[in-house]
Amino acid sequence: MDFSVLLQDIPTLLVVILGVPALLVGYIVGAEFLVRRLPDKNRPQVRPWIWVGPALAMVAAILFIPAIATFIQSFQDNHGNFVGFQNYQTQLSGFPSSGAWIAIRNSIIIWLVIYMILVLTFGLTMAVLFDRIQYETVVKSLIFMPMAISSVASGVIWKFMYWYQPVGANQTGTLNAVVTFFHHDPVAWLQDQWPGGLAILNNLALITVATWGLTGFSMVILSAALKGIPGDLLEAARVDGAGEITIFRRVIFPLMMPTVVVVGTTLVIFAIKVFDVPYVMTNGNFNTDVLALRMYNLLYLSHNNAAAAAVAIVLLIAVVPVLIFNLRQFRAVEARR
Amino acid sequence: MSVATAGRLESTAAAWSLPWLAQRLQRSLLHIAVIGLTLVWIIPTLGLLISSFRPSTQILTTGWWTAVSPPLQFTLQNYQDMLSQSNMGTAIFNSFMVSIPSTVIPVTIAAFAAYAFAWMKFPFRDWIFLAFVGLLAVPLQLTFVPVLSFFVAHGIVPDNLTSLGLPPWIGLWLAHAGYGLPFSTYLLANFFRQLPSDLFESAEIDGAGTLTVFFRIVLPLSVPALASLIIFQFLWVWNDLLVALIYVGGSVEVAPLTVNLANLTNSLGQGYQLLTAAAFFSMVIPLAVFLSLQRYFVRGILAGSVKG
Repeated sequence: MDFSVLLQDIPTLLVVILGVPALLVGYIVGAEFLVRRLPDKNRPQVRPWIWVGPALAMVAAILFIPAIATFIQSFQDNHGNFVGFQNYQTQLSGFPSSGAWIAIRNSIIIWLVIYMILVLTFGLTMAVLFDRIQYETVVKSLIFMPMAISSVASGVIWKFMYWYQPVGANQTGTLNAVVTFFHHDPVAWLQDQWPGGLAILNNLALITVATWGLTGFSMVILSAALKGIPGDLLEAARVDGAGEITIFRRVIFPLMMPTVVVVGTTLVIFAIKVFDVPYVMTNGNFNTDVLALRMYNLLYLSHNNAAAAAVAIVLLIAVVPVLIFNLRQFRAVEARR
Repeated sequence: MSVATAGRLESTAAAWSLPWLAQRLQRSLLHIAVIGLTLVWIIPTLGLLISSFRPSTQILTTGWWTAVSPPLQFTLQNYQDMLSQSNMGTAIFNSFMVSIPSTVIPVTIAAFAAYAFAWMKFPFRDWIFLAFVGLLAVPLQLTFVPVLSFFVAHGIVPDNLTSLGLPPWIGLWLAHAGYGLPFSTYLLANFFRQLPSDLFESAEIDGAGTLTVFFRIVLPLSVPALASLIIFQFLWVWNDLLVALIYVGGSVEVAPLTVNLANLTNSLGQGYQLLTAAAFFSMVIPLAVFLSLQRYFVRGILAGSVKG
């Protein structure tokens, strides 16, 4: 490795490691110093804005105002002229085989539904199974580990799993080695293998990668919820003669339902925003495009900001139900507080 | 339904009786299912790990599972080639330069804001907090076009910042900080609110100022929440691809590990042996953080998702 880069960049390093925290602490200490100079009665009016101000300014500048600007831009062309719904019409024309509709189908139907079902099913199964063994911690760590790995690295890992050689050649990909072991022809997992251009198999292959990465997340949360169920409740059910499956269906699952819903809503957001895995593994080819990737390509390859804005709004519309659900959930919790 | 109750269940039946056998069988099936699932989960990573230590000619001709039978042929060549040929050294430096400020800025600013949300009164407080909760679900994609246009118009782009002698990642830091703020503020405000209020009252009676209360009481008591949040945000930024692609792009001097690895994936026709080593190189830091601080990481996830 070339360590001279470190020497060259010592000023940057100092700015990054010392400068940034110094600036932030300097701000709050300096601002408090000024607030104390104010008359007594004005202090409580000014002080909160000093503390909440930087966060408000950043959220407004990076999230809130840009989101509104994108909304406006989706009704304009690339020169800022108002064009009504034209961007949406261009994107959404050619149903059902145009690029945008493939991305919508993949993101909002295939990814959303299958990804959520897979991650929840695996997470719940593991949480229940792992609760009954002594080596729980080790197993949980191993399942959880992919959470620490970037989706890009996961993509590389799985590229080698899905590696495809033509019939007769030595299969070096793990899955095709298994498939050919059972005397089946090797499968080109990442290409469009489904009749009618539905691309179920390769989309499933991508979803598998993401599921592998995120199951640890749902497993950990669901497992915590499971441990929160009082033991005597289950004991009572057993004394009454209920079998383990009945106990799961009638006692454990209903009690865990709120947690399942919370994990599910988080997964909806993840599924709709998915970008890295398709970007690294297929770059959206073979009918595996998703909304986030389409938007990126419109922005960077086509330099079509207006179209990118329209796709972003479609993304937003897809998460609005989750957004509303989150807000209602939050207010319900606040009301109980 | 703990280990203890399961164990107690097992001992209720007499040895070798039919129920005893059934329970034994059930236990074995359980272990087989658990170990099977775990194996399926680690095989992809294990396969790549083994591949990364194999000679390049063999990676392309035989499967990784053949490497564990003799003759054993393992080599560090892929890692040496990767470090000398693929700019991964610069990339890991860049990843640190991106991740450290992108963690410090939002966590600090969120701590200030969370303190105000939890313990100060100001107009529209609850509405602003509700807006933060709403923003948790808003896709980042919605902000890319305007923020990028703003950065370009005001020279907050890598080339221009470098020529001014500033770190080229400032735009990326600000973006990550903005994106991380709603979650960070939400998490910390919830934690700060649960601190006992008499602590603050007695401190005020003793004449402690707002700063003293914040730095001497609130922060030290919140170390677990802060640790979770810092790990969470650090790993998120370290593993992020999309935001880095948007705001700094793919040029070698500024690209972090994920961007570099993605470029390598898309451009290498023959050099797959480099990719195996590069993928593991990119995982070293997050795995080290994860393995040493797993407890805090899990706690952060629980605090963030299980609302209320």
